[in-house]
Amino acid sequence: MSIKSINNRTQGWIKAVTFLVALIPLIKLLVGTYLDDLGANPIEKITHVTGYWTLAFLLITLTITPLKRLSGWLWLMRLRRMLGLFAFFYAVLHFSTYLVLDQFFDWDNIVKDIVKRPYITIGFSAFVLLIPLAMTSNDAMIRRLGGKRWKTLHSVIYLCAIAGVVHFCWLVKKDLTIPIIFSILLGLLLGVRFFFRILDARKRKLNAHRLAQHQKKSPTLIL
Amino acid sequence: MKTYKPQAISSSEITPQSLFHARRKFMQMAGGASLAAIWPQSLWAADKLFDVKKSAYSVAEELTPLNDVARYNNFYEFGTSKDEPAINAGTLKTRPWTVTVEGEVKKPKVFDIDELLKMAPVEERVYRLRCVEAWSMVVPWLGYSLAELIKRVEPTGNAKFVEFVSQHDPEQMPGQKTSVLEWPYREGLRMDEAMHPLTLLTLGLYGEVLPNQNGAPIRIVTPWKYGFKSAKSIVKILFVDKQPVTSWMKAGPSEYGFYANVNPEVDHPRWSQAKERRIGEFLKRKTLMFNGYAETVASLYAGMDLKQNY
Repeated sequence: MSIKSINNRTQGWIKAVTFLVALIPLIKLLVGTYLDDLGANPIEKITHVTGYWTLAFLLITLTITPLKRLSGWLWLMRLRRMLGLFAFFYAVLHFSTYLVLDQFFDWDNIVKDIVKRPYITIGFSAFVLLIPLAMTSNDAMIRRLGGKRWKTLHSVIYLCAIAGVVHFCWLVKKDLTIPIIFSILLGLLLGVRFFFRILDARKRKLNAHRLAQHQKKSPTLIL
Repeated sequence: MKTYKPQAISSSEITPQSLFHARRKFMQMAGGASLAAIWPQSLWAADKLFDVKKSAYSVAEELTPLNDVARYNNFYEFGTSKDEPAINAGTLKTRPWTVTVEGEVKKPKVFDIDELLKMAPVEERVYRLRCVEAWSMVVPWLGYSLAELIKRVEPTGNAKFVEFVSQHDPEQMPGQKTSVLEWPYREGLRMDEAMHPLTLLTLGLYGEVLPNQNGAPIRIVTPWKYGFKSAKSIVKILFVDKQPVTSWMKAGPSEYGFYANVNPEVDHPRWSQAKERRIGEFLKRKTLMFNGYAETVASLYAGMDLKQNY
């Protein structure tokens, strides 16, 4: 059995392990809350940790497709949906933390925040855009929408990731180190897609050219 | 007959000395707080500040626990996250320490820290502390009014502002190896602000000398201004005729002004200052004008546009 094509059983295991590993940040927060070990400002800590992992899972999700292409490991695609849903899961926790723990349903202030504070405006927009993606992350919806339309809809994830990184950059007081690392990683992930596109376009052109050459040499073939 | 043979310890199992000491340091730090409670008074005496008077400037509010005051700090010299100063500040050497006071004064002088500790009666002042990041604490500081020191050096008529310069040594302060702010950290006050009795030359908190991460061995506390105005680990106090440009003004001129008075009506360009979270509390509370010290300090800014002079 090669790593390129592993059997269903192994894939199941990989999925289960990924699922559990993806829960570790949440478990650490829950244990920290229980032990009162989240520092002097636990609400801030929970906000930061859930936000961090939302972005991290968005970037991990965006890594799957190029990684599959580079490595040829087709089974990676079977993890993509789950990783994307984990990004949404942490985004829900992040937004709920803001809504309940940080603002405690102070709707006036929340509306003001969303309108007046650019970093909240963009973060909130990214969250809202993730909702249709999460709702259509199942086989039934793919069938209903049709592969092409589904793919178009899900390219919104690029927008969400960019908005998420901008949200992060705008909110830090001064130290941009981690937001910049996230930006660079996202840049690489978008760059590699752009590169593949150019590569594919060239290949297509070359193939068309070859075909044309071939036809010139033996025109009877097409008949 | 069986004889007892001591088992040989393989060299791989011997803890390297550096690790041993690092661990010991960690244990000391972790155990410090709990030890403080049971340690015999006499052994702790070196760090205690004696003959502390209660002050009329104290507020009657519930104190933020020492564990939070000493573990949640903005002190970029030791890292930009708030738990880093408590971890990294062990490298700061607070002895020997001198504070050079010069500029527009008749009697410039280099003060030794031990002289400053005894220069005037030390008071305990329970002040509110409001960070520009919209959280707050209540801290029992120890010190005396900065005015006590200013009187002794006799500022000239040209002294319009006071500039505070903090320690600059990347070996002791690892955060200074990055240029997140311009080092050394600089802060400043207008002369009348510096002379205001609330402005505290601070030497300790919670009955003891300042923990390193809280700005040891000497810092300023101006309770009606955002926390970053209160310079820490000060080595120089300069009397000048022009308004100094502070580290945070350089870092973000549109976000951090010279005055930085706590003001719920003037928002930070990126976030609201109307409310704050008191450390240890769940619901946010309303931020008070001048952090609740309006009665004594509002007159300093009479006629000034506080939106312009943020």
